[in-house]
Amino acid sequence: MKILLIGNPNVGKSVVFNRLTGVDVISSNYPGTTIDFTKGYIILAGKRAELIDVPGIYSLEPTCGAEEVAIEMLNEGDVFIQVIDATNLERNLNLTLQLIRQKKPMIIALNLYDEAEHTGISIDTKKLEQIIDVPCVATCALSGEGIKELIDKIINARTSEFVFDDMQRWNEIGKIIDQVQEIKYRQHTFSEKLRDVSVRPITGIPILLLVLLAVFMIIRFIGESLINYLFEPFFEKVWSPLMIKLSEWLIGQEVLHDLLIGELINGTIDYGQSFGLLTTGLFVPLGAVLPYVVAFYTVLAFLEDSGYLPRVAVMVDNIMHKMGLHGLAIIPMLLGLGCNVPGALATRILETRKEKFIAATIMSIAVPCMALQAMLFGLLGPYGAKGLSIVFGTLFIVWFVTGLLLKRIVKGTSPEIFVEIPPYRIPYIRGIIKKTWMRLKWFIKEAVPFVLLGVLIANLLYSFGIMQFVGKITAPVFIHVLGLPEEAAGALIMGFLRKDLALGMLIPLDMTLKQLVVASVVLSMYFPCVATFAVLIKELGIVDMLKSTMIMILAALITGGLLNMILSVTLS
Amino acid sequence: MISLNKMPVGKVGIITAINGGYGLIQKLDLLGIRTGKEIIKTSGQWMKGPVIIRSGNTEIAIGYGMAQKIMVQVK
Repeated sequence: MKILLIGNPNVGKSVVFNRLTGVDVISSNYPGTTIDFTKGYIILAGKRAELIDVPGIYSLEPTCGAEEVAIEMLNEGDVFIQVIDATNLERNLNLTLQLIRQKKPMIIALNLYDEAEHTGISIDTKKLEQIIDVPCVATCALSGEGIKELIDKIINARTSEFVFDDMQRWNEIGKIIDQVQEIKYRQHTFSEKLRDVSVRPITGIPILLLVLLAVFMIIRFIGESLINYLFEPFFEKVWSPLMIKLSEWLIGQEVLHDLLIGELINGTIDYGQSFGLLTTGLFVPLGAVLPYVVAFYTVLAFLEDSGYLPRVAVMVDNIMHKMGLHGLAIIPMLLGLGCNVPGALATRILETRKEKFIAATIMSIAVPCMALQAMLFGLLGPYGAKGLSIVFGTLFIVWFVTGLLLKRIVKGTSPEIFVEIPPYRIPYIRGIIKKTWMRLKWFIKEAVPFVLLGVLIANLLYSFGIMQFVGKITAPVFIHVLGLPEEAAGALIMGFLRKDLALGMLIPLDMTLKQLVVASVVLSMYFPCVATFAVLIKELGIVDMLKSTMIMILAALITGGLLNMILSVTLS
Repeated sequence: MISLNKMPVGKVGIITAINGGYGLIQKLDLLGIRTGKEIIKTSGQWMKGPVIIRSGNTEIAIGYGMAQKIMVQVK
């Protein structure tokens, strides 16, 4: 049996989902679509039933791509659980009436019931149940109240016999509301004041800057702590001795040794340079990148669940407009800072082809994912803030300028922002942990195999001399335009697969700061990693993606060439 | 009667007309915002940025252009 959890966005659906699926269930990603589709299992009367968390929808008439996918899912369901925001009964009932017309067994969870009472709204659930003819349960998913009753009543879900005039839906809803809801006078709550303060420009912009600064510091703090106290000790104290043993054991088996361990640097393993499958291949995704990915997704989940993200979208709307986008396009950008793949998927929240094309292109060009950032810090960190600020500053300028240009070049329309701003809510910790875990699993599943494959391919290309050959052919571009040694070509080939690994390949080349900066910028810009590329082909279509790729390569060469010229003067 | 973008922040008003196409009316409608509804303007961003209104417990941000099409009677 398939049970669908349906509701408007921001009604606490995910929390209900987490409550229903219990502790030891691991939610999985919904294949092929977006990472936000979750599936779990629930035991009902001794039988296992599938519970699917359908993305939030306002109505069964879709207004964007993400909603279309959600609405298509409805056909597969056997039972609907509609989660209603009790503080917003009227417009939630609009969806209820549309769902009733689907003629499927249904049950309603009146969630956020406590918050409604707190704000002076009281709803007569019994009466509501009588009128719309499906079971209604008051729940407060955050504290778990009402969840058990909800589970018990799922088997009572029934197809409603409620008759109404669909043309007069709002009138019908009005009639229901009059009978079941009572609103008492209430004072402005603290939460409401906070809502106002954080979207008024004069207070909102400083708050936004503070939040971004805090986000950056927290990510660094969590990431560095994980590295210093967990990952580094593990790799240094546990893994290295093991690898040294293995290396001794493999003496005489040159090929295997090179493949698994790589090269020993000064008699020991250097995770940056050894370049074996079990050394660099494991260290880059797990030791250098994973800690920051954990940190990033934890903080992001917190921002998402607190309700702050839509406010960020409003505050940056003006800037995004200059690039033919609107404020919501900041969400793919923010997600892209973690990993470009979910960022690419998130371009779905934008309505037109023009917006999607611009957002996907500027994200791929100039939003460095966490893996890339971690490696940039590793590579340029030793030179102090100078190199890093040039790289990040350049990427930011490229991001903005490319957007400005694309707005003028790309045909199509750029609609204005239209977004609901949810009230602030205290995030549900277990939900955050689950969400972060889901995204981590996904990162590990995607990143580790690609890095391992990358190491393998790099080794093969080197041993067959292909890398050296490509380096020779492309040498003129590298040497004259970008001012890089021809060996850097190898890194750029690797960059198609994994950029973190590609940056790692620059370490042994002994380049100057100027060369490192140029190589870092070019590597960040010229192509998204292969995983993002695959997703974007699906999202944009092959023709648009090829156009986008041309723009990326062109932009990378121009920016790299310019940087090379400017830095030759200023950095020497 | 003035358009929403000209309404002062913090004021309460009643929507008297939405001079937009079907898309805009529909989108607002789904959030429970339609002619006759009482709304509060909670913020307006600088330089023709989005306007934010609240009705009941629903708060939405709408682009400046759309806000120009929504007429309100300020209380």
